[in-house]
Amino acid sequence: MKRTVFSPSRSGMILTYAILGLWAVIILFPLYWVAITSLKLPIAVFAGPFYVPFLDFQPSGHAWKYIFVDVRRDVFRPYANTVFVATVSSLLALLLGSSASYALARFVFRPKVGVIGLFIGCVSIAAFATYNGVPWIVAVAGAAASYILLFLGLARRFRKTLGNSDIAFWLISQRMLPPVVVVVPIYVMFQQIGLLDTLTALVIAYVAANLPIVVWLMRDYFESVPIELEECAAIDGATRYRILFSIVLPLAVPGLVSTFLFVLVFSWNEYLLSLFLTGARSQTLPLMVAGQNATRGPEWWYMSVLILIMILPVIGLAIALDRYIARGLLVGAIKG
Amino acid sequence: MPKSILVDLPAVRQSAELNSAPVPLLERLEASLNRSAGFVLLMPAVLLIASLAIFPLFISLYISLARLKFIKGGFELKFVGLANYAKLLVGLDREHFVGRLASPGWIGWSSYALLVCLLGWLFLNYWQRGAVHASGVVWRLLGCGISLLIGWYMVHTLVPNGRPGTVIVTLLFVFGGVGSQFLVGLGLAILCAQHFAGRRFFRVVFLLPMMITPVGIGYMFRMLADTSKGPLKPLWVLLGLENTSWVQSAWGARAAVMVGDFWQWTPFMFIVLLAALESQSVEEVEAAVVDGATFWQIFRHITIPAILPVSSTVVLIRMIEAFKIIDLPNILTNGGPGTATESVTLHAYSLWRRLDIGGSAAVGYLLLVLVTFFAVSYANFIRPRHTVE
Repeated sequence: MKRTVFSPSRSGMILTYAILGLWAVIILFPLYWVAITSLKLPIAVFAGPFYVPFLDFQPSGHAWKYIFVDVRRDVFRPYANTVFVATVSSLLALLLGSSASYALARFVFRPKVGVIGLFIGCVSIAAFATYNGVPWIVAVAGAAASYILLFLGLARRFRKTLGNSDIAFWLISQRMLPPVVVVVPIYVMFQQIGLLDTLTALVIAYVAANLPIVVWLMRDYFESVPIELEECAAIDGATRYRILFSIVLPLAVPGLVSTFLFVLVFSWNEYLLSLFLTGARSQTLPLMVAGQNATRGPEWWYMSVLILIMILPVIGLAIALDRYIARGLLVGAIKG
Repeated sequence: MPKSILVDLPAVRQSAELNSAPVPLLERLEASLNRSAGFVLLMPAVLLIASLAIFPLFISLYISLARLKFIKGGFELKFVGLANYAKLLVGLDREHFVGRLASPGWIGWSSYALLVCLLGWLFLNYWQRGAVHASGVVWRLLGCGISLLIGWYMVHTLVPNGRPGTVIVTLLFVFGGVGSQFLVGLGLAILCAQHFAGRRFFRVVFLLPMMITPVGIGYMFRMLADTSKGPLKPLWVLLGLENTSWVQSAWGARAAVMVGDFWQWTPFMFIVLLAALESQSVEEVEAAVVDGATFWQIFRHITIPAILPVSSTVVLIRMIEAFKIIDLPNILTNGGPGTATESVTLHAYSLWRRLDIGGSAAVGYLLLVLVTFFAVSYANFIRPRHTVE
């Protein structure tokens, strides 16, 4: 038996079970209530609280039939959208984010402040020119040309540099940014390039929103992979990409799994960005369910079915992979 | 030495020839790609963040200083200076954003005095520690000033005659929520750190709420809050409250939102703190037990220092996330009654719906300022020193 910090007495044990049991009831009861409400007939909902199927009320599958047969089309589309957007954006965020955090763990970056400023300046000039009616191809080409010219001329003169930790902090600190601050310009941007109300737009936005989490969680795993292994592989002639994809990533699978889970759940539940960026075509599940507010407000039996099909996949994930989730959380908290 | 002349000349010549022979383009490309691997791996992430977070941040600043109108096939911007901000902070929308002020009673004034004392004590503490820098003093004075301003509005709006605006409501959700979640999560984690049968069950159950879509939680708690048909009816009848509607009274609605948030996020605190408790050293505690330390002594002198770094980080993370709250109040109470449960993000969304795009951006920017202020002051001034690397 593993030694633990606190060794409780018998009465303490009973108290512990009582409190934890109470908390478990507090957590499970709302879920139970939704589950049985989905099996109730309207009369059983309106006549007052009934708690136990078969004893208090006769369960019926009418709400499930309605959702899965009668309005199948309206429900299936947001569901498929959510599955697609959550999976694709999580995989992309994992790919981009773990590449970036691997690069930050293994390469030395010394970007010059002046060069970054130059880049930002040229981008702003291009944006300003486009806004004032210059065709965007001309603006971008002009900005790129002037950036290259200025870079060649001035790059040597800049002295002040940033380090890896600055870049990592900058990437991770984007988590602090409330999405509502940037969603209006993103809306305008997507509108200009005709991506509004498409799944692509959502995927792009979600990848950007989740990248900071991935970088933050994966940095620690990469730092714990022994560098000797990579040196051996490099001596044997493997390229950096080969090293990353066939040695480092396989070793970091636990970290990848827990990070993937987090990002997946975040994208699955995401509300604000899809509220702004989607219309009827690319609507996601949380938005569809939230929209039922007006039409099905008091029709709790249908609502319960919708809530259940929305939350069951994430609950399943949580139960199947709880170890990974707890581990990912702890790494995040300690390294933060 | 003759021997060195016997070096295998043909081999040397051959390798020299190989080197001078033109290397295929593909191989050269591969080699240069390999040399710049770090750049290639890092750049996509940096560019994506720059184009979807930093660039929009600048644009948003400009939009917040302008009036934006969507016209056919594009948009039209008119620069209006600080008008959007002035409207929110001192103008027409002040009551919505900040709140309606009323004279605080003696409770209000005494809590304000308490805040002043607390800030003074923190500042004095810093002064006495030596190591005083000019920039440190300036930043701290700025922090104190903003805290005093926010505190001023809080005591003036959170009184019976006043009405808190969206900023104050959001701060209430953040501090009330994070504080209660941390305390209950810590208590449960201490209980669960003992060794007993069925721990995995509790851990999995406690994990569930934080995975669930907040939209679903909003509806769930709307069902539970129903006093006439909801499952808690017997309880309300017992308390004589069966005909009250929680979502009709301002504080009832706020309580409902906070209960929902509490239900969802206490488990997060619990799981992280449990892991921190489990990783503290058993030997230290055993030594203390042998020396005759009581439970409270052990808790005060061994457990708290051991979990302090994790605790302060987890509070920071939750605080930052809590400022972004929107889905729960939007579903549970629709921001109402009136604007009683409207968070800042929801306020920005409602302005957007009314096509006041500039105002929406200004609200968003003020939220950013607020989050940054609290996160930075917490990380620099309040968070215990030794956790900072």
